[in-house]
Amino acid sequence: MAELLLIVTIGGERVALPAAAVESVVELDTLIPVPRAAPHVAGLSALRSRVLTVIDCMRSLELGATDCSDGIREAAVVELDGHHYALIVDLVEDVVEVLSEPVIVRAAMGEGWERVSKGMVETEQGPILLIDIAALVSGVEVKAA
Amino acid sequence: MAEAQSKAVAPRTIRLSVELLDRLMSGVSDMVLARNELARRLREAPGDVAVDGAFERLSSIIADMRDAITRTRMQRIENLFVALPRMVRDLSAELGKQVLVDIEGGDVELDREMIEMIRDPLTHIIRNAVDHGIELPAERLKAGKREIGILSVSARQSGNQILIDIQDDGRGINGKKLVEKAIAAGVIEKSEASDLEPREQLALIFEAGLSTAKEVTAISGRGVGMDVVRSNIERIGGIVEVDSTFGAGTRMTLRVPLTLTIIPALTVSVAGQSFAIPRSAIDEIVRANGESVTLEKLGGAGVATIRGRRVPEIALSDVLGLKSDIPEHERSLVVLRPAGTDVYALAVDRIHDHEELVVKPAAPAVMATGLYAGTTLADDGSPILLFDPAGIAQVGGVKLESHDRAARIVDAPIAAVEVDTPVLLFHGLDGGRRAMRLAIVDRIEEVPATAIRPGAGQLRVQLGEAILPLAGVNGELPSEKVRLFRLNDGTCEIGYAFREVIDLSAIAHDIIPAEHPGEVSAVTLVAGEPAELVDPHWLFSTFLTAAERLSEQPVCRLPADDPWMQNMLRPIVEAAGYRVVSEADEYEVDLAILSEASSGDLTAARIIRLRSEPDPTSAKDETIYRYDRAALLTALKSAGAGRR
Repeated sequence: MAELLLIVTIGGERVALPAAAVESVVELDTLIPVPRAAPHVAGLSALRSRVLTVIDCMRSLELGATDCSDGIREAAVVELDGHHYALIVDLVEDVVEVLSEPVIVRAAMGEGWERVSKGMVETEQGPILLIDIAALVSGVEVKAA
Repeated sequence: MAEAQSKAVAPRTIRLSVELLDRLMSGVSDMVLARNELARRLREAPGDVAVDGAFERLSSIIADMRDAITRTRMQRIENLFVALPRMVRDLSAELGKQVLVDIEGGDVELDREMIEMIRDPLTHIIRNAVDHGIELPAERLKAGKREIGILSVSARQSGNQILIDIQDDGRGINGKKLVEKAIAAGVIEKSEASDLEPREQLALIFEAGLSTAKEVTAISGRGVGMDVVRSNIERIGGIVEVDSTFGAGTRMTLRVPLTLTIIPALTVSVAGQSFAIPRSAIDEIVRANGESVTLEKLGGAGVATIRGRRVPEIALSDVLGLKSDIPEHERSLVVLRPAGTDVYALAVDRIHDHEELVVKPAAPAVMATGLYAGTTLADDGSPILLFDPAGIAQVGGVKLESHDRAARIVDAPIAAVEVDTPVLLFHGLDGGRRAMRLAIVDRIEEVPATAIRPGAGQLRVQLGEAILPLAGVNGELPSEKVRLFRLNDGTCEIGYAFREVIDLSAIAHDIIPAEHPGEVSAVTLVAGEPAELVDPHWLFSTFLTAAERLSEQPVCRLPADDPWMQNMLRPIVEAAGYRVVSEADEYEVDLAILSEASSGDLTAARIIRLRSEPDPTSAKDETIYRYDRAALLTALKSAGAGRR
């Protein structure tokens, strides 16, 4: 069976996350801020007995900030190096099958997108950008290092 | 169940993978949260009593289970320490040395896996200390030391780490000699050797193949092995530090991370957000507007003077970049002492509660701030960040210097053994300045005054679903909110009302015992002023048994020879709060219950007569039909009430 992708919207853009890496899709209600942490760390939240580090994908991509004031946000939960993260997205749309290997996007993308891009893949719904979750989680710091 | 049967023979054990235990543990945690959710739903839609009862049972089972599962992973470090005295004794006897072992901090809890990982390195370091560190008695006398060498091993929590100190007052490490050896062995170049700081010289003992010992001994070989110790400790994410004064002693410090360690913590809040501070790092807590505290600014830097001691002060809100709307003089100062360094004061908005927290490492992006030691879930399921006190000092710009412990130990080896008893200093309802041992205070509660009412002969306070005897009511109760300590002796709880907490402090001075036993067991100096020390034993013995004391409970006499009374009636009477006696017991009774046939017994304050026929024989008949339960209970109740 072909690899599955989770289609989400971040900053108005439809992008794909590898579905195998996504443990669940949750609605976050409480968000405990982490003072002094990198700006893309929106805070902490709890899912069952686990602490989730909540990543604001908009900030991670330097597209501005997600407005978290209205309470409930949709987020995709992923695990990376033993830690659980919740990636705040605008919308979780669908799960689709991959129809091709990722290829490099040759046109110039925004700087933030460039950093997290794993290339473009074909799906039944047309071409879509595949996101590198690790790059999304580590945010802007990668650039500084 | 099979387990219970085999217990009579010998406790049987099986091996389990830690991974399985982890899975069990997270399963139980999920169960607790599901239970909380269910509790919330039940509260919203009040159901019938049967459901509530079943739910309560489920709750207590889950609590027990969580307790047991948590314990499977945690072990007191005592298990590791318990073998040390014997090992040192054997070693020193073999070497003709005299060594006194002083062990502290055995109650620190550590992940069992971690304990196994540090067993070998710890053993190795102790062997080294006895073999190479501590001198022969004659040499010690010549050097002006006591004949008996002191080896102290202590464990404590510090921030996100467990610190194990192994300290001896032996000959110390000769840094220069070590450097010479290192050059000879080709570990370092001669040119760089001269640039080495004393600390860097000492660190050379961790290089492979270096030893300052002249001879190879059977005990610790040539001293090679410190490199192995270091790599073992580093493999579990820890570090080894060495500190030594030549001629005066050596201290080795193992710092290992706490992964699943449960640590006692104090929750504080700033700008409306809660954080936790490991209690081990807290020296004391004072109010910024307290009498003994003054705050000053020197070139923008805060200096707090606490009882004459000048302490650097930083505001947590500044460190975190948060806006606190509590004025500076209304904050509380938490005096922190990170890992064997100087103290500093941290201003927080509010102090909340002492809690036991299971700390888990936080994500790298959070740890990168250097402020936090980990994350944890509070009782209500929301995440809390645990501070690293050393990290806060660093980010806040406080310079900390480590103390020269090696020197102090040689001067006063005994003094280090003394431990101050931490106490909570408070004002009682009558205004008296009192101190309560911190260990027995479970938590501080605030209840509405309506939750306190007399019940079964004494004042009782309702706390959630528990009703506890209330002590400390020696003055007028506040009309709205009452603050009280929840005291726990391990099995029973009582409440102790007070007006306000002054401070967290320690008893360091002499105690002058009280002449008569009572609520106050002694008077002592706490924080420079006299305070009465509350006697917890007296509290528990007085307030817990009071409920069972004869005079407090109404007494009812039942004829001993009437089987119906003894078998059918007695449980009802006892359930109504009476103590049941028979004619043979010579008590003054509040109530006597008689069958209509029998006569006499007019000594009782009230008498209830029971008849066996449902219908009264005449209109004047005041007897009660013996199966008229409602009438019986009413009569029992009014008899009990009439007594008061």
